Amino acid sequence: MTFDEKYFDIGRLDRLSYGETFVHRLDPRAKVIGTMLFLLTVISFPKHEVAALAPFFLYPALLVAVGEIPVRFIIKKMLLVSPFAIFIGIFNPILDTRTAAVVFGVAVSAGWVSFLSILMKFALTISAGLLLIATTSFSGVCHALRRLGLPALFVSQLLFLYRYLFVLMEETMRIIRARDMRSFGKRGTGLRVFARLIGILFLRTVDRAERIYYAMHSRGFEGDMPTLKGSRIVLPDLAFLSAMVACLWFFRFFPIAEGIGRMAQGMLR
Amino acid sequence: MSHHIVEFKDVSFRYPDGTQALRGINFRITHGESVGIVGANGAGKSTLLQQINGYLMPTSGTITIGDLSLTKKTRQEIRRKVGIVFQNPDDQLFMPTVFDDVAFGPLNLGMDEASVRERVCKALSMVNGLSLRDKPPHHLSCGQKSAVAIAAVMAMEPDILAMDEPAANLDPKSRRSLIALLKTFKHSKLIASHDLDLILDVCARCIVIGDGVVVADGPSVDILSNRALLEANSLELPLSLQRR
Amino acid sequence: MHMADALLSPAVGTTLWVGTAAVTGYASKRLKREIDDRMIPLMGVLGAFIFAAQMVNFTIPGTGSSGHLGGGMILAVLLGPHAAFLVMASVLTVQALFFADGGLLALGCNIWNLAVYPCYLVYPYVYRPLAGDIHKPGRVLVASLVSVAAALQLGAFSVVVETLLSGKSELPFGAFALMMQPIHLAIGIVEGFVTAGVVNYVRGARPELLESIAVSRLLGAEVSLKRFMIAFAALTVIAGGALSWFASTHPDGLEWSIEKIAGKGELPQAYGIAAALKGFQEKTAFLRDYNFKPAGDGLKKGEAPPSWPGIEAGTSAAGIIGAAIVLGMIVLIGMGIRVFRRRQIQ
Repeated sequence: MTFDEKYFDIGRLDRLSYGETFVHRLDPRAKVIGTMLFLLTVISFPKHEVAALAPFFLYPALLVAVGEIPVRFIIKKMLLVSPFAIFIGIFNPILDTRTAAVVFGVAVSAGWVSFLSILMKFALTISAGLLLIATTSFSGVCHALRRLGLPALFVSQLLFLYRYLFVLMEETMRIIRARDMRSFGKRGTGLRVFARLIGILFLRTVDRAERIYYAMHSRGFEGDMPTLKGSRIVLPDLAFLSAMVACLWFFRFFPIAEGIGRMAQGMLR
Repeated sequence: MSHHIVEFKDVSFRYPDGTQALRGINFRITHGESVGIVGANGAGKSTLLQQINGYLMPTSGTITIGDLSLTKKTRQEIRRKVGIVFQNPDDQLFMPTVFDDVAFGPLNLGMDEASVRERVCKALSMVNGLSLRDKPPHHLSCGQKSAVAIAAVMAMEPDILAMDEPAANLDPKSRRSLIALLKTFKHSKLIASHDLDLILDVCARCIVIGDGVVVADGPSVDILSNRALLEANSLELPLSLQRR
Repeated sequence: MHMADALLSPAVGTTLWVGTAAVTGYASKRLKREIDDRMIPLMGVLGAFIFAAQMVNFTIPGTGSSGHLGGGMILAVLLGPHAAFLVMASVLTVQALFFADGGLLALGCNIWNLAVYPCYLVYPYVYRPLAGDIHKPGRVLVASLVSVAAALQLGAFSVVVETLLSGKSELPFGAFALMMQPIHLAIGIVEGFVTAGVVNYVRGARPELLESIAVSRLLGAEVSLKRFMIAFAALTVIAGGALSWFASTHPDGLEWSIEKIAGKGELPQAYGIAAALKGFQEKTAFLRDYNFKPAGDGLKKGEAPPSWPGIEAGTSAAGIIGAAIVLGMIVLIGMGIRVFRRRQIQ
């Protein structure tokens, strides 16, 4: 993606996070905990597990549907980051050619099975992560992390970064547009120019930080970022979390897909 | 009411790199006065404002705000009385949401949560910004950001309001709203700006700074219609007074 | 490169998360005590700066392809290790959330690989000795090249180890390492040049700037190698132990990867790690007894392994059918909810 594309991409995800649906209104702590449990459960499946992963797609599907997140947007982002996982995963079928199963008369190697497993885990974990931020504002996630134990200094670091992310991106865009307008083909986009641009941006950033500090001081800042008591956990949050835990446990330890498959096979006979 | 007085007595300031920005500034602003500070770029307007709340300490001379003389010790106290709104609202709105930004000041004053919420609501309604409460600043337009920046300062209920180029980034409509808003404020106001028409509209008194000293100090209508004076200080007549 | 959730195992993932969280807490505590208030907005905005800077591309000389900045070393040189670590960690966190770069569980690994190494290992023990205290552009260049290359090598190597220990990939250690290390060496050299360029530029343009944030840099002088190695060793032991436990309850994954390595046996490093792990396993395998298949006594192609639950012809067909049905149901549910909500709005 070019710089511009990334900028609008983040902007879009950021705007989605300020929606007003049921999932958006859930307490961020519940969503963070739920997501992490989901991720842990998904990756706890053994290397060759494929079928049992299917029911887990219910979680991202529900988030997308209830949260009104555009599906294509999520899928596009998933595809963009898939190269590494695919690149590593593709060696599985190449290296592992033992036959794992004979399905409908075709011999399937264990390598393909584990590759498919990786792909499914990838889709599940990436979508869960994206949907967390798509349904929870970034500052919501940060406050949740703070209340779950992350150091306050680090959290205020995250919040500042987020706040000035778009400002800095715009400033950077202006600089590189200026560069691109004055470079012809590849000349001018080399290392030296880049280092110079980064240096300039750095100095401007430091100046900006100085002005921000001045503003903070003028409003009484004395070293500690003030925080308000956050939202409370209410019934919908507890319901959400308990439903999640129950489903995760159930899907993890009961081979649902297989069961349904057997039923279907029984019916077909 | 003495706590609204701002007095500069022979204030000079030199930057660490040797630049002498202020050379003996003298003026006195009383309760409820609206004073504009005008001058060329580099004349010392911004430096002057930075002295008012003690961000920069004068290298000589004294500054008195209300009953307090500005020293390193009294700085914090003085900051509760003087609110400064800067040129670039992005530098002033540094919290993740508008609410957090406006609450920043009151929270630092040590107020309890209920009072903080009250102050925030009051300040935001003053600038017609209640609907922006939960938005992140980067989703706001320039005019909205300026309004919120003002609210963030007003939430501390300062006695004196100082502003540095308040209308610089605003479109005509937002600028008009800002002027209307400022006219409703009864605080002592100190506005540094190139926008001479704004000064003419909002400030009854005007101080011209040139090369670090006070060049003129008097009613705005007089000063801002004095073409010779203005042009001698790299300024010109306000657009509304110029004839096409 | 970033580690991905899909290639991670819970044991490796949580171990590194715990390690990273501990370092984050440590860095926060150190900074909080000693830092100037000014650093708080500075670090925040620099995080945004690094994030934006990483999005800018430049053409790599000689290849014509475009590259991107990492930034860990630049930050460490200009801000000192603790501040630089927190800034890098925050950048990686935001990337994981907004770009899904890696994943949320792998974030622990990624922060470890891309922030802990440059800030706490390479900066104090490689860069500073090489660059010295007096600013000389030539020495800065050499120090940058070596440091960034070293940091990236460590990071890349860790990805290999983490993937291997997680057991989800068939890639043998040797081949994987052979792929990762040279690429990252090349990237490291390029970034080393950029790092030196930026550091020299900033020092030249605004020398007083670095003085004012020098306090934070001085903190770096006290990072103790001994403490770091102890923490590192502890982490390795925990990972090994957790892994053994995990392996003993899930013999499949680890067994097959180890067998692969033992079976190939051509690279000494692989042998070393495998042997170490094997030793660990034998010592801790009291939860369940299982057999280590000796190298060579493996399966022939075409033979279904008996110790492999579930992957037999009958059940796997059922599994696939079932999975397809389940996925179909999920899609229908999702679409149904969408339609329902649209109706509600109208």
